[in-house]
Amino acid sequence: MTTLQRHHLNRRRLLAAAGASTLGVTLATSLAGCASSALPGRARVVVLGGGYGGATAAKYVRLFSQNTLDVLLIEPNAAFVSCPISNLVLSGHRTLAELTVPYSSLEKNHGVRHVRDTVARIDPVARKVVLASGPEIGYDKLIVSPGIDLNFDAIEGLRAASAAGSILQAWKAGPETTALRRQIEALPDGGVFAITLPEAPYRCPPGPYERASVVAAYFKATKPRAKVLVLDANPDVTSKAGLFKKVWAEQYGGTLEYRPNHKLVGVDAASRTLRFDLHDPIQADVLNVLPPMRAGTIALQSGLANVGGRWAGIDYLSFESTAHRDIHVIGDAIQLAPGMPKSGHMANNHAKVAAAAVVSRLAGWDLNPAPVLTNTCYSFVDGQRVVHVASVHEYVAAEKTYKPVAGSGGLSTAPSEQEGRYAWNWARTIWSDALA
Amino acid sequence: MPTRSLLILLPALLAAPLALAQADPGALAQRALAATCANCHGTDGRALPDSVVPGLAGQSAPYLADALKAYKRGERQATVMHQIAKGYSDAQLDALATYFATRPR
Repeated sequence: MTTLQRHHLNRRRLLAAAGASTLGVTLATSLAGCASSALPGRARVVVLGGGYGGATAAKYVRLFSQNTLDVLLIEPNAAFVSCPISNLVLSGHRTLAELTVPYSSLEKNHGVRHVRDTVARIDPVARKVVLASGPEIGYDKLIVSPGIDLNFDAIEGLRAASAAGSILQAWKAGPETTALRRQIEALPDGGVFAITLPEAPYRCPPGPYERASVVAAYFKATKPRAKVLVLDANPDVTSKAGLFKKVWAEQYGGTLEYRPNHKLVGVDAASRTLRFDLHDPIQADVLNVLPPMRAGTIALQSGLANVGGRWAGIDYLSFESTAHRDIHVIGDAIQLAPGMPKSGHMANNHAKVAAAAVVSRLAGWDLNPAPVLTNTCYSFVDGQRVVHVASVHEYVAAEKTYKPVAGSGGLSTAPSEQEGRYAWNWARTIWSDALA
Repeated sequence: MPTRSLLILLPALLAAPLALAQADPGALAQRALAATCANCHGTDGRALPDSVVPGLAGQSAPYLADALKAYKRGERQATVMHQIAKGYSDAQLDALATYFATRPR
């Protein structure tokens, strides 16, 4: 008998001892039929967070279990808003509405129940989550996809400036994206848009460089004397460096300036000033400050972020937390394996490995010993042309981690409009893969 | 205010291992491998109606296997696919071809 089978047997005994009185209760919408909706023996998977990771996990647990597992997705918003492509909202090439997909198809097409709430607390011993509005939901397996938390306190003055709306991040797509677009639109010809990057790792390695590029394209077309200033805490461009630097030199010579080794330590909203550890302060008209990042709040609060108090440690074969049994963590919140970026595509692939692991565990099967992950990341360099980086990651059992497959993956040779069409196609397809 | 106690949803203790009809760990692993293609080619290889990359579902297995291996060997040009195909063993590419051939379009 395997450990997993023993685990199930022990749980059956536990259930029998408890008089099998547990209710497999559905949600508040059907509380009137609470007792009659009990389905003893039907396991429940709860998913926290409906981003690229969580939405995909919810759908794929249903698919991989042939709809035999109950799946609840706890996500406060009615619709998903994509971070990838949202830089094009800042440059005026796309609207936020084009990047918004409702969660309703997950329920209609796959029977995922969407609970519009946030989680106040996880109880890993009782295996339940406590919603912000009060109710508790028990789980057999919990998949936590909390995304990132922006560490405002790492930059002096930033928390207040961000709360006041004067220094924005727009690193989670939504109303803040629209607000930053308004600031960029209002920037006068001859003004400066400054974007600061934290040290890696952070969400979406090429994202800040894409943002700088497409805003430069907007300036070049509409206010040719305006400038983009990229102030990077890292010693060099962290992703697609050769491609971005070539585009900047060829296309944005007088518009975009890149400065490495600029580690931000403080901001002053009133004078719109950035202060660095080693360099002189810099003033600009619009400041876009990306502070250091860490696993989403619920992961920090529940002890899941057990790697340096910042990222969630996992067993890479199953994505199960190294802190708590029966809890799987996916997406940007995890401690990365070598060569793995914090990206939406990667989170979607984490979700599928975690979903298969959850189904296997609940079915009493051994885990797939050789999971595979892919990543394809497109970046716009202007409104139409795109460059990509792609990779394939295999599980290396001897080292208990993923590594890029030798000889696989690579970059674009040059920006192209063809890849621009592929990028938009990728976005619509992955939204459909996660949400429809 | 609703009665709080009614809203408490108790843990759903699993009474028995899942009974998955017509499934085994190998079939799940194959399906999970195929899911690594879904980001660009659609869930179960069903591309969006106006997709600029091809759907994989329902295509012939030998055709898919040949195409994937041609990408892998660099005999077939692409922007991304030749880089992705190099990440899979020939056996994995055969498994993908077999899986997608059996999917409804």
